[in-house]
Amino acid sequence: MLSRKKEFVRAVDTISFTIERREIFGLVGESGSGKTTTGRLLLRLIEPTSGEIRFHGDNIGELSPQSLRQFRRRAQMIFQDPTAALSPRMRIGPAIKHGLDIHQVGSVPERKKETLRMLERVGLAPPEAFYDKYPHQLSGGQRQRVVIGRAMILKPEFAVADEPVAMVDVSIRAQILDLMSSLKKELGLTYAFITHDLATANYFCDRIAIMYLGKIVEIGPRKDVFKSPRHPYTVALMSSIPIPDPKHKADRLIPRGEIPSPISPPPGCRFHPRCPYAQAVCSEREPQLEEIEPDHQVACFFPCT
Amino acid sequence: MWGLGQMPPLLNVQELVVQYSTLRGEVRAVNDVSFSLETAATLGLVGESACGKSTLGFSILRIVPPPGRTVAGKIELQGVNLLNLPLEEMRRIRGGQVSMIFQDPMTSLNPLMRIRDHFIELFQTHDPSIKKEDALGRTTKLFDALGIAGDRIEDYPHQFSGGMRQRVMIGLALALDPKLVIADEPTTSLDVIVEAQVLELLKLLKEKHRLTLILITHNIGIVAEMTDRVAVMYAGQIVEIGPTGDMFGDPLHPYTKGLLESAPNVLHPEQSMRPIPGNPPDLVSPPAGCKFHPRCPKVFKPCPLREPLPISQGSRLVACHLYD
Repeated sequence: MLSRKKEFVRAVDTISFTIERREIFGLVGESGSGKTTTGRLLLRLIEPTSGEIRFHGDNIGELSPQSLRQFRRRAQMIFQDPTAALSPRMRIGPAIKHGLDIHQVGSVPERKKETLRMLERVGLAPPEAFYDKYPHQLSGGQRQRVVIGRAMILKPEFAVADEPVAMVDVSIRAQILDLMSSLKKELGLTYAFITHDLATANYFCDRIAIMYLGKIVEIGPRKDVFKSPRHPYTVALMSSIPIPDPKHKADRLIPRGEIPSPISPPPGCRFHPRCPYAQAVCSEREPQLEEIEPDHQVACFFPCT
Repeated sequence: MWGLGQMPPLLNVQELVVQYSTLRGEVRAVNDVSFSLETAATLGLVGESACGKSTLGFSILRIVPPPGRTVAGKIELQGVNLLNLPLEEMRRIRGGQVSMIFQDPMTSLNPLMRIRDHFIELFQTHDPSIKKEDALGRTTKLFDALGIAGDRIEDYPHQFSGGMRQRVMIGLALALDPKLVIADEPTTSLDVIVEAQVLELLKLLKEKHRLTLILITHNIGIVAEMTDRVAVMYAGQIVEIGPTGDMFGDPLHPYTKGLLESAPNVLHPEQSMRPIPGNPPDLVSPPAGCKFHPRCPKVFKPCPLREPLPISQGSRLVACHLYD
């Protein structure tokens, strides 16, 4: 009587994409779209049920222990909540240095020197004063700088940033993004940038993928997607954002209802029950991503123009 | 000063001070704040985290959480100072004449109570003579206006989505036809499409009931869309207050300007998200003079020395030495 049927959620369902070297690739969607799961898959923090993820051509699911160790050094994560991501009992200097210790980079004095340099680099100056501080002695923005410094200390090639500015005040947000952007130039980094905030994505990304219920519904260069969104869901998302200009008259396309449970997603196009343009075919067949202009793909039978 | 007909404003806050006692010392979360609000106006209260905007909202309902205390000033609702009311009378005001929509509906609704019982409790608390059927009838009618299917009245909060829960919160806030509603980040925990739905509902109900609304938010876009007046708070003080159009068109205080320019604008990413340098001050030991001066691009001689007083500039009040 107490047993229950086990139900499965396909948090991410059959998605394919590439991220080019040195680009900022945005994964954009609402809660429950699968964007965070995708980010975690990219770093092999979770294993996919099926499918593969290749990093420089190598399937990260089949790396030897040594190569995996190397991969962990080359690919890093920047977390959303700096308060949860930092141990409250570890001073921030040692927290940043930790990666160097684990991978035994340089001598012990060199590691400290490198850590001080990183503290200064992420704007926590004078570094000697910050080295021995605890996270609770810092502001939210400063803590996020620590999280970024910790991810950058091993000079990675690739970083997944999961909502790195969602917990930070708007006034500080651009400071953090500018820091991430200058580190990218300096280290030749590639970012996967996960966000629910289209305005931030439009400010920061080169290319973006819009996710809905575990699927990519639209993918393309940032400029194209923002200038001429083609999927009705993307259009709805864009038109829902309040614009900080009282003279702006919003022309809204607000879909009905909310994102349904991924346990039993709607058949056909997953957006069809909420879509103002849905027709019979939308509930029968699932639209595939198709190129609509160079590099810009949309999964919709009736893309907007 | 009060405008046409010399009617007193609906809400008149004068020289309000709210303090928190902490181990490190006294923190003035609201520091000498004065403003008034006409009936049917919507005031946006904006500022960075910890600027005192939520505390100001709480203080109007006298629900500042300890160790916070309102230590000075007055809060007049139609001429009656709420700070002098006996607790029993204040309880009738809460939910009755002034109500609040909280940020997080999940922690504001009782997980063990059916949605309808939240409403019945509210109606019966304010009117012990009301019959349960009548309370239920009013709830059903309210659900209609909120855009929630009537049969969901029997559900528990966990059976509702985030957006639906926030609709319930709005319903609870409006159930007794209050004069003033204080909404503290009402859509911050919602996704953007649901946020738009909830804001539409709020706009609709506001117009229908001629509500006066204080909208506490960090989202400049929502302020632009929903309000007709804006008060910008920094370190416990209102640094500028005035009509929304004027404030956005020509911000006077350098902090207002900085805050507006830091707002993300999805239509013009190049012209948005300019950071304000530095961090908000530690309120245990705030900077001398103007509290914004260490971050201000226009700082000059008097700023670190004297605190600027609010000065009238056309339709606005601004506290900045640039306008002395």
